[in-house]
Amino acid sequence: MNQVLPTKRMTSLRVSLAGLTLPNPIMLASGMMGETGGSLMKVAEAGAGAVVTKSIGSEPRPGYPNPTLVELEEGYLNAMGLPNPGIAAFEEEMEVVRLCPVPIIGSVFASSAKEFSYLAERMQVYGASAVELNLSCPHAKGYGMEVGVDPEAVEAIVSAVKSSCKIPVFAKLTPNTHDLVAVGKAVQGAGGDAIVAINTLKGMSISVEARRPILSNKGGGLSGPAVKAIGLRCVFDLSAALEIPIIGVGGIENWRDAVEYIMAGASAVQIGSGIGRRGLGVFKEVIEGMALFMSENGYSSIEGMRGVAHE
Amino acid sequence: MNRQVMTKVSNSVREGEGMTTLRFTFDRPISPGQFLMVWVPGVDEVPMSASFIYGEKGITVKEVGEATKALSRLKPGSLIGVRGPYGHGFDLVPGKTLIVGGGSGMASLLPVADFINDKDKVDILIGARTSDELIFVERARSLSNEVHVSTDDGSKGRKGTVVEMAKEHLAKKGYSLVLGCGPERMLRALVEACEEVRIPCQLSLERYMKCGTGLCGSCAINGLRVCADGPVFPGEVLRELPEFGGFKRNECGRRVKL
Repeated sequence: MNQVLPTKRMTSLRVSLAGLTLPNPIMLASGMMGETGGSLMKVAEAGAGAVVTKSIGSEPRPGYPNPTLVELEEGYLNAMGLPNPGIAAFEEEMEVVRLCPVPIIGSVFASSAKEFSYLAERMQVYGASAVELNLSCPHAKGYGMEVGVDPEAVEAIVSAVKSSCKIPVFAKLTPNTHDLVAVGKAVQGAGGDAIVAINTLKGMSISVEARRPILSNKGGGLSGPAVKAIGLRCVFDLSAALEIPIIGVGGIENWRDAVEYIMAGASAVQIGSGIGRRGLGVFKEVIEGMALFMSENGYSSIEGMRGVAHE
Repeated sequence: MNRQVMTKVSNSVREGEGMTTLRFTFDRPISPGQFLMVWVPGVDEVPMSASFIYGEKGITVKEVGEATKALSRLKPGSLIGVRGPYGHGFDLVPGKTLIVGGGSGMASLLPVADFINDKDKVDILIGARTSDELIFVERARSLSNEVHVSTDDGSKGRKGTVVEMAKEHLAKKGYSLVLGCGPERMLRALVEACEEVRIPCQLSLERYMKCGTGLCGSCAINGLRVCADGPVFPGEVLRELPEFGGFKRNECGRRVKL
């Protein structure tokens, strides 16, 4: 990292989040480069303050046939279909990240509270620093979003997971609902340690020449700069209503985007699509830009900058 | 911006046993070694090395499964979607280059000879299991003064592997760079052969891919993404990867033997 000259006070990007300590608040979002231990290590080397695995389920899943991704002007549309090697095989990937210098957050998806608990407990055994419940994948039948819009179902899942493991429990929520704050309150009420918002928005792309949707699954999830304004509003509303930390995600690919999320109330942020659009160097760029902005504007800590847009 | 564009197959040429070249209009510049994600509407989308990068672009498809079978049977006029170009291609250096291709691996290599465009600056070695699987021999002869052919069964050219033939050339000629593409065990042997004579090499790898843009990680080899960090890697990088020549990921992301 370039040397940033201190103004009055030293700038620190370190954050404490639900009991975890991160060297900086710029995390890897789930779904990107998180299927193998080796690629998670590469993201940590690139500067991420924490890394989140791809969402892992009970059984191996091949996901949907290609096309699973469409490039758009302002983002991506994807319908991967939750491909993953299954929780048993994922142990060997977690072995690879044993020596990772930053926290590893194990993302899991399931169709019942019991299954979520089982997967979270395995992630704890594998050495995960926290678990992230994918309550929000918009394109896999029976998983994710269908449970993630119902506050009662979310409360039941988070309660069950909290009683089955000791590591912090994050809930990743979908913006595809009319009352996100109610779902956020359900997470907090059930003892959830943090909320991750947002996952992708339901979307579609059609080839007019082929006269059909491009994705093999037809519908998919929209991410990237196209969803940033929505994610920001979700984080702002959640942080106004809740006490637990919010991790902001959606369209972040430069320091300004990240600072916006922190000012909206996020304790940390995650980058996903930005890796494809800007390359792995996006982590370093955001971290350095944020440090410079903070030192020029008299912020000595992330906590001091967090939520200032509410004042 | 690598957004998908729809185009039509303008020409289809059978190159060898189960191998077909499709040509189409695609306006973006492509560097030697880069690949395209090619969509057959209603069937699948597959990563394909660009086998022609000047004028009408082209891919050379080897039939290995449903998608590649459907792709190779497309007739002129058929609609395809193309996105890309993706990946890091070959980094050329001054001096003389040796190209070593096995089977359909020639597809990603000949654009290098097109790019060099000097018959004295590039030698080409083409290998295959049997004569039916040799491709681009005539095209290679139009691009290089020194083209040699080998087959494992001796049905055409020298009998033996293309790496055995490459060893002899490496010993007597002053190459500044070796480029290879083909089955991964062949590439592993080629890396070792180049290491012995201390000539740098770059190899193009093939993996199952989904996004093609460095996001999903389904093509990871010891943490490196074949789609974004590759598909072309320097030999000294590959030599350090325990999975090189041994393991790949299946569609679930599980590590399996090659």
